[in-house]
Amino acid sequence: MSLSISNVVPAEAPARRTPRRRRGIGGYGKPVLEIVMVLATVAYMFPLYIMVSMSFKTAAEAAGSPISPPQSLYLENYATAWSEADLGRALTNSLIVTVISITVAVLIGAMAGYAIVRGTRRWSTPKLVLFLLGLMIPGQLGMVPLYILMRDLGLLQSHLSLIIYYAGSLMPMTVFLYAGFLKTVSPTFEEAAKIDGAGWWQTFSRVVFPLLRPVTGTVIIINTINIWNDFLTPMLYLAGTPNRTLPVAVFSFQGEFASEWGLIFAGMVIAALPVLIVYFFLQRHIIQGFAGGLKG
Amino acid sequence: MSAGLAVRGDASARPSSLGGAPSTGSRRSSVGRVPNWFLIPALVFYAVVVLYPSVAGAYYAFTDWRGGTEANWTGLENFIALVGDSAAVASLVNTLTIAVTLTLVQTGLGLLLALALNAAIRGRNLMRTLFFAPMMVPPVIIGLLWQYVYTPNGPLDSLLEIVGLGALSQSWLGNSQIALWSIIASVIWHHVGMSMVIYLAGLQSIPQELYEAAAIDRAGPLRRFWSVTRPLLGQSTTIAMALTMTSSLKLFDQVFVMTGGGPGVATETLSLIMYKEAFVYGEYGYGSAIALVLTMIVAAIVFLQMSITRRGEVEA
Repeated sequence: MSLSISNVVPAEAPARRTPRRRRGIGGYGKPVLEIVMVLATVAYMFPLYIMVSMSFKTAAEAAGSPISPPQSLYLENYATAWSEADLGRALTNSLIVTVISITVAVLIGAMAGYAIVRGTRRWSTPKLVLFLLGLMIPGQLGMVPLYILMRDLGLLQSHLSLIIYYAGSLMPMTVFLYAGFLKTVSPTFEEAAKIDGAGWWQTFSRVVFPLLRPVTGTVIIINTINIWNDFLTPMLYLAGTPNRTLPVAVFSFQGEFASEWGLIFAGMVIAALPVLIVYFFLQRHIIQGFAGGLKG
Repeated sequence: MSAGLAVRGDASARPSSLGGAPSTGSRRSSVGRVPNWFLIPALVFYAVVVLYPSVAGAYYAFTDWRGGTEANWTGLENFIALVGDSAAVASLVNTLTIAVTLTLVQTGLGLLLALALNAAIRGRNLMRTLFFAPMMVPPVIIGLLWQYVYTPNGPLDSLLEIVGLGALSQSWLGNSQIALWSIIASVIWHHVGMSMVIYLAGLQSIPQELYEAAAIDRAGPLRRFWSVTRPLLGQSTTIAMALTMTSSLKLFDQVFVMTGGGPGVATETLSLIMYKEAFVYGEYGYGSAIALVLTMIVAAIVFLQMSITRRGEVEA
């Protein structure tokens, strides 16, 4: 689990300084590989360059050469996109939905993992398998009944509908991660707490949950990206309302301003930027979280 | 999935450090078992959002439900209709094409990137960061971006012209022979960082001594890759392939944004026609039948893949 992958993308490990590299590159091999990879990276970044450069172009420039850089930083696109697509509101919506969903998922997922691993042993596996089933069932199968249910409960067009949806649909992955991690944690501390007279809730909140911190990080990272970038369900539940999340807002903005690419790209940059900024600051943790979560 | 291996490995290693307690279960009997109410909140959300709707959806797949109150049992009629529905058949073929191509190409490219960026070359940390960065961007935005990249005389065509390949220019999303491959290429671009990261984690868990031993035996780079790296990356391959396969079978956002399934039915996918049937035409029963077919395919492939790739794995 996360323990075993703490060395993903490490700082320069001492072993890497030995001249005899595992890939056997030495002599001319290394510079060649470096040149190839630099070229590959530049080519790979081309679409992102297009996105950023287009967002600074005036309508006239945008109609010209698609790959030339903008002549000046035309910021009007950003101002217009921000106000026309109501992106401030959409950003707030995305934040509210993501933060509350994650909080709920972490709390109930950790509790469930605790109950599965340290509960009655005979039912431990069936309980876990019940949750793991959810990893295999495509969301499409339950999409219609869930939509009807939300409609009948009067929850459509509200943040609450999405929060309930994420708290439930993220359970398989979340419980899977917590249960897997808890299996590797010795119960000594919990037993000590119990013997000292702590109740179950106290033992969980004061002893077990803090011990789960590494995997809680993984759970938060994976779930945040999934929720923040999700599109289909937010579109079904919230399209056309002021409660829509960022991806939905950018999509309908694109529909409205069909060919004004400068504007559309400014909106796209605004929507992509928050997570990218966090990513560049926390990239090591985020990459580890993904690799660790999937491996676990 | 392959979690079982890792978890079991860790669990068997731990007790020995606790003085050889054979089973943590017997020790805990003195303090009791965690009461089941700890499980209930998660179970309630999971049942309401996943279990109940999935069972109900599987039931509606056998009805003619159109959103009114009446849902009549019609047996296999929806599935018989599916076989004669050219859009549905095309979407099935496209979905499988997408899944197989993505699984092979994206995993292969991910492995190459991981091998290159695991070597001690300059700037590799920055490159890793950049190759994984698109994973942070919503698929809808990636779809819109690539829709523009592919516009006739757009960025891709201009780029091809500059490097002297102007003859290749064409209607990347408008040509029904090519549109599906254009979408696949954009999805690979979006997700290849994920496969790379999985392989990097795998590469870094291979003990360095194995390479030293192989070097002493005068194994060349290719020999070292084939005899040391390749077998020990089995688990990474299982994870990378399973993940790509299951997510690409459900591909929706990019296709919805870039082509909406067109031109004609050239890029229809199961998720896309399911969405259209259910939420555009109100054919809840028929849409659910498509979703059930998708579920069966996902389940079949997960089982198949688990049984095949497990055999190729070696524990490091």
